[in-house]
Amino acid sequence: MKTDIIVSLENVTKKFKDGDGEFTALKNINLQFGKGEFAGLVGPSGSGKTTLLNIIGSLDSPTEGNAFVMEKNIAGLSHKASALLRNKHIGFIFQVYNLLPVYTVFENVEFALLLQDYNTSERKKMVMEALEWVGLQNMPDKKPAKLSGGEGQRVAIARAMVKRPEILIADEPTANLDANNAHVILQMMKKLNKELDTTFLFSTHDEKVMEYLERIVHLEDGKVVKDEIRTKVVAS
Amino acid sequence: MIEFLLKGILRDKSRSLLPIIIVTIGVSLTVMLSGYIRGAMGDITDQNARFETGHVKVVTRAYHENMDQLPIDLALLGVDSLQEVLSTKYPDVQWVKRTRFGGLIDVPDENGETKGQGPAAGMSLQLLDDKSGEIDRLNIASSLVKGNLPTKRGEALIGDDFAHKLQIETGDEITYVGSTMNGSMTFKNFVVSGTIRFGVAAMDRGTIIADIADVQEMLDLFDGSSEILGYFNEGVYNDDKAKTLKADFNQNLDAADEFAPMMLTLKEQNNLASYLDYVDLYSAFFVGIFVMAMSIVLWNTGLLGGLRRYQEFGIRLALGEAKNQIYKTLILEAILIGVIGSVIGTAIGLGITFYMQYEGIDISEMLNNSTMLMPTILRSKFTPDLLYIGFIPGLIAMVIGNALSGIGIYKRETAVLFKELEV
Repeated sequence: MKTDIIVSLENVTKKFKDGDGEFTALKNINLQFGKGEFAGLVGPSGSGKTTLLNIIGSLDSPTEGNAFVMEKNIAGLSHKASALLRNKHIGFIFQVYNLLPVYTVFENVEFALLLQDYNTSERKKMVMEALEWVGLQNMPDKKPAKLSGGEGQRVAIARAMVKRPEILIADEPTANLDANNAHVILQMMKKLNKELDTTFLFSTHDEKVMEYLERIVHLEDGKVVKDEIRTKVVAS
Repeated sequence: MIEFLLKGILRDKSRSLLPIIIVTIGVSLTVMLSGYIRGAMGDITDQNARFETGHVKVVTRAYHENMDQLPIDLALLGVDSLQEVLSTKYPDVQWVKRTRFGGLIDVPDENGETKGQGPAAGMSLQLLDDKSGEIDRLNIASSLVKGNLPTKRGEALIGDDFAHKLQIETGDEITYVGSTMNGSMTFKNFVVSGTIRFGVAAMDRGTIIADIADVQEMLDLFDGSSEILGYFNEGVYNDDKAKTLKADFNQNLDAADEFAPMMLTLKEQNNLASYLDYVDLYSAFFVGIFVMAMSIVLWNTGLLGGLRRYQEFGIRLALGEAKNQIYKTLILEAILIGVIGSVIGTAIGLGITFYMQYEGIDISEMLNNSTMLMPTILRSKFTPDLLYIGFIPGLIAMVIGNALSGIGIYKRETAVLFKELEV
């Protein structure tokens, strides 16, 4: 495990209202993730993987405990501050690629930068570099509808990585891909993880993804049941 | 960001086409109807000023109180000196004497027996005085249907319809039968020098126009006239200026003397003030209805668009855009769409306005029995404010519509993004 901690969860508990009662999705979670980790949350449906990623991604806040992400406590962040945290430090990749259909590949990737203070030439340089990372530098003007599934997910990776976030959260990123494309995507992510020292946090059921993970946190019923550091993984 | 939003608007027809069409229709109707109202109102005001009210008018107080009866016995006297005083004191206004009178026109046959008779509405002007500008002001030369303008005393013009009705030809002699200002009967022969049609139904039915000197003599109205009309040299009615003039003139009005001359503004006559206010009120009401109707339609369009763009908003929230930023971009989009629709709508509205300015709408059939001084063809009028007036409903409706529909963004839970986005 890396020593440079960027995510620190202290006794994190998350409860949801369930009719008249309450449902506890996360129970007293204590975890830390360091810079440059390639880690995953694994567990059956309802084990709390997505809830935990939501909290780390500042999309939700814990009911009890503290969740420090980039030294900011998610528990006390306003909507605006959490949006700023996502904007500056966190990238997301979804199961479906969720590209904006009316914009080109270039514009989809560029959108993440429009929220920051880059000028046009800086944005162009950064977008083309991100497209090179994912091997799509030759198709910046294509519309999402013309892309294959693998290409679509590569654009989504470029969009998430273009602002060089410290943390990239990927929720079942290979669920809609065939085996070949899944390996291509995972190798690409691993390469970016090494080159840019970005922390990758996955939520997955996919064995193919697990082969690449250097650390697997097993969740069951909202609790960490095993935190496994792996030395034998597929390299990029 | 604006460029990015503009691309989205132009490429995503389902996001922009319907709102642009709605705004375009609303704006073009606003511009077209505003132009039409201005044109119609301008024509009616101008018509009233030229034929009846002047920009300001001086009459006796008693005459003013009974003005609808055209009471010659309450006319102004000493008008030559009064006109001179007015011209000296208010040199930026042109002052002219007029007398309006009623009576009967008798048309004799070759044996001197009555061939036909008809009621006449007479107007005497400074016809033979070139400096008065009355011939130009009333467009008399261009309104001539037959014959010529009077060139000497004893000649008169009559309405062309009136001439047809009484079978009068130019050069015929007619007799006016009426009463003098003292109440005695009067007869006066005129030679018809020409017939005229003003295009004002109330004027064309029974008009006789003669020189003021003839009429003064005919009505025993020596050095008198029923009214003195003032016309601003710039040719356009200015209510503020008229009010100032009136206040200045009337400050020394002798309240005890019912024959003391008093000044009236255009808006105080013929119910024009309430008429103009009524039209202003209706114009504002009409624009308000447009804004409301378009806002409701655009609100619904925005709601449907918002549902369709739920995924996009989710991605944008995940990418780090705050809810209020997304809301702001929705408003910005509304402004862009509003501007695009308003520009197109204004262009269409102005095109129709220009067409209507030259072609107009013929309402002569509706005015057959009208006593109002209204032109028989109502035309639109282009005014510079038409260039921007459509932007008011266009932008307001679009922004209100999107602002209302965009409120849904704030009700959305950021935490459920992952589930929402995993379609």
